[in-house]
Amino acid sequence: MKTNYREALRMALREALASDPRVFLMGEDVGRYGGSYAVSKGLLDEFGPERVRDTPLSELGFVGAGVGAALGGMRPIVEIMTVNFSLLAMDQIVNGAATLRHMSGGQLHVPLVIRMATGAGRQLAAQHSHSFEGWYAHVPGLRVLAPATLSDARGMLAPALACPDPVILFEHVRLYNLEGELEDDPDAWRCDIRSAAVRRVGDAVTLVAYGGSLLRAMEAAEQLSDEGIEAEVIDLRVLRPLDVAPLLDSVHKTHRAVVVDEGWKSGSLSAEIVARLMEGAFYDLDAPVARVCSEEVPMPYALPLEEAVLPQPAKIVTAVKELMGRK
Amino acid sequence: MIDFTLPALGADMTQGKLLEWKVKPGDAVTRGQVVAVVDTSKAAVDVEIWQEGTVAQLLVRPGETVPVGTPMARLLVPGELPASRRRVSPAAKQRATALGIVVDEVSGTGPEGAVTLEDVERTAASAVPPVARAASPTGKVADMRAVIGAAMSRSKREIPHYYLGESIPMARAQAWLESFNAGRPLPERLLMALLPIKAVALALQKFPEFNGFYRNGTFEAGTGIHVGVAIALRQGGLVAPALHDVADKPLPTLMQELSDLVLRARNATLRSSELSDATVTVTNLGDQGVESVFGVIYPPQVALVGLGRVSLQPWVEGESVQALPVMRATLSADHRVSDGHRGGLLLSEVRERLQHPETL
Amino acid sequence: MSEIAVPNRKSSSLAMLTHMLRIRRMEEAAAEWYGAGKIRGYLHLYIGEEAVAAGAIPCFGEQDDVVATYREHGHALVRGVPMNSIMAEMFGKASGCSHGRGGSMHLFDASRRFYGGNAIVGGGLPLAVGLALAAHMQGEARVAACFFGEGAVAEGAFHESMNLAALWKLPVLFCCENNLYAMGTALERSESQTDLCAKAESYKMPALRADGMDVVSVREGTLQALSRVREGAGPVFVEYRTYRFRAHSMFDPELYRDRQEVEDWKRRGPIHTFSARLKAEQGLTEQEFLALDARVMAEVAAAVAFAEAAPFEPVSTLAHNVVAEDGP
Repeated sequence: MKTNYREALRMALREALASDPRVFLMGEDVGRYGGSYAVSKGLLDEFGPERVRDTPLSELGFVGAGVGAALGGMRPIVEIMTVNFSLLAMDQIVNGAATLRHMSGGQLHVPLVIRMATGAGRQLAAQHSHSFEGWYAHVPGLRVLAPATLSDARGMLAPALACPDPVILFEHVRLYNLEGELEDDPDAWRCDIRSAAVRRVGDAVTLVAYGGSLLRAMEAAEQLSDEGIEAEVIDLRVLRPLDVAPLLDSVHKTHRAVVVDEGWKSGSLSAEIVARLMEGAFYDLDAPVARVCSEEVPMPYALPLEEAVLPQPAKIVTAVKELMGRK
Repeated sequence: MIDFTLPALGADMTQGKLLEWKVKPGDAVTRGQVVAVVDTSKAAVDVEIWQEGTVAQLLVRPGETVPVGTPMARLLVPGELPASRRRVSPAAKQRATALGIVVDEVSGTGPEGAVTLEDVERTAASAVPPVARAASPTGKVADMRAVIGAAMSRSKREIPHYYLGESIPMARAQAWLESFNAGRPLPERLLMALLPIKAVALALQKFPEFNGFYRNGTFEAGTGIHVGVAIALRQGGLVAPALHDVADKPLPTLMQELSDLVLRARNATLRSSELSDATVTVTNLGDQGVESVFGVIYPPQVALVGLGRVSLQPWVEGESVQALPVMRATLSADHRVSDGHRGGLLLSEVRERLQHPETL
Repeated sequence: MSEIAVPNRKSSSLAMLTHMLRIRRMEEAAAEWYGAGKIRGYLHLYIGEEAVAAGAIPCFGEQDDVVATYREHGHALVRGVPMNSIMAEMFGKASGCSHGRGGSMHLFDASRRFYGGNAIVGGGLPLAVGLALAAHMQGEARVAACFFGEGAVAEGAFHESMNLAALWKLPVLFCCENNLYAMGTALERSESQTDLCAKAESYKMPALRADGMDVVSVREGTLQALSRVREGAGPVFVEYRTYRFRAHSMFDPELYRDRQEVEDWKRRGPIHTFSARLKAEQGLTEQEFLALDARVMAEVAAAVAFAEAAPFEPVSTLAHNVVAEDGP
């Protein structure tokens, strides 16, 4: 069926709400407003205000309530409007949800799903545009997902809800309107939340991306192909725990890698991936691993400036050519 | 940092195979020092370096064949400090180890000159073990045939040859040579072949347009008279290494140099300067019984003097006919640079010189 | 709140006294073994405040949830977590209730619905709201009891939780143990409004106050508040006025309060005042009291011996219980 990313997410939510009475959705404006990115539009009518629950602007409170509800036997899905706002709730996620299992010696577990929008591309400036996926991916006890395709938008929620640990799903704002074909057969999008995926096969260089950066990497790969350079593109899908084996396998073949990440470079997920490649593929590398990331400035509002910050396909192409000794 | 590049060891040379390095990183080198032995397809040539410095890095590995002009080594000029470590990708380093390739001798094409996996693999593909190559002389002859063929094709394609011939009485030269050699031990005796070489060199002093190179549409006169002496090799083919500054050296010196040159040509230990410096060629096929040579100029040279056998010929002098030892000398010359008038005068000068062997 | 009569059943009173004594003696031992280096990290003692846990926690049923703070040894003990298990946890041992992963600040017991040891001030409040939300959505009658100090009321988590619980009428009992100092900062130095009940009332939440030095007052206040929560009217806030006799933690030199103030409060100590009342009003004899104390001391000594003898978790299990072993 022809659909888009937003609708694929909604289908997944609807299925979850319909199939498990323990599941409920809460967050700011998820109900009457229909979700700030309209993901939950229509679900209030379908499932009622108990299960599609509007919250006050109280991220720490309602995320913490999600942790508590999960401890209490529910399967909450908490929506946070953007990753920037999630910082208000970070205590409950990092000090709470992530630690309870270990801190209690395995007695407690927190089957909580947190969804949040992330990333730039809508001129929303420095408090609504950042990519802090790496901060969450830093934390043991969390599982962090980044659906970058329609299939994953449709398929990742169910295994996330089935997972006994807290799972954070990052939805890149540029993807909500992504259109495409989604198979009617559930087997086509039913997926695990363990593994990275090869999205394009190539032999000259490995592009590592996730979420919103996947599209840019794919675009760069097509441009490179026109010049006879076939890039392999790997979608991380799961940011924690990282599925490193496909990266190592790919670099074993291509001997070069470029990590594409909308996060900043310093102390980042991209840095982590580079480190993993050093640890696991050093002797396969034929060039230093390169990174194409956001420039290290708070996101500016003006369009040309915003575009200059982001890891555009042209920057990826240039980085690949430099790695290959081609100017 | 300076590059030592593979010199053209002869005009027909487009590539060379490194047989051996005579230096290693860290060695100081001086002007004229033999640093490598290169197979030019004609001969194994000792390659000299004309700069002073310290070898920083060897870029080409023995067994590798590279085009003329390829950087073969990097040198630190006197006073220069060693640069940062050579960049070799981890994958390249590991592959090189697996293939038994010395990575310091692989030239890098990666970012900032780093040696990449591809560089190592290319080197590995081109590097046939030296032992295997030595065991295949037919391959070597075939190589040389190809090189000669390429040079001669170019010559015939590009150079508008003209040919002149002159019969030169050799009685005086023979008589002088006999008396010179009389009483001298064998190693000090002169060979007849040397006299015309010296005569040609002296004649060229008067006719410099036959001594030098035609390059890029113009003639460049030679800075010295270095006579390329065609030497047939036992296994076939020939080389024409240079006797340097022939006009300026006495015959005994030239004789020693010529003997040495022939020996080394046949042992394949010629020097790079000997292969690339000749400004004119003299080819003597008299030993083979040839009467006249119609030579093909060795580009970018502009003239070749061919010498036939010395034999008794009826010679008219005045009104009498005598039997005299005569040698047929020919000139093949490049019409873009000279014409037959001057060519004729050159051959006459050679003849005159040989009539006064004591002045040679 | 009106004056509350002492329960006339001696056994109930003795139970409360026993709870307080157990907490006191266990914590004295903890301080002693801290000094011996067997217990490390932060150790926040509850001594002086025993009446609150001893009075309040027995009011909750097994089905109810109890959330506490990092000063939670007493709450855990009264909730039924075995003293052996608490002491072993403080010793960092595998037999501890959190298998040595938590320590003094992180006592948990899932089987007793004890979501204890939250060491981020205010961090437990949203958790309690969520537990109550779960109960509400599941249509179950259980209540989430959330203990926190008065220091937490300065946190956003307090206000967000009060609002959310009141807005959604969730069955939460907010149990504020006001011991007057947030670590070293006195209430009047940190709050513009020091009337904590007024804060609750601003969320339209019923609030009441109990004497946290008087176990009977605590019990009565808690029961009253709990019954209102159970009626389904939403959350209730109870302030227990209490005092900690010892330093905030073992690192605290107590520069912020007068010795005299501490001595004054000690005269109101919950154990000796309650035991005196029991002696005067219910015929508790000194001999009975000493016998009880001796039993408690023996239990503590056994708990220490148990903790000392217990093994540490092997380092090979280090990465256990970070995420589910049978995860996706």
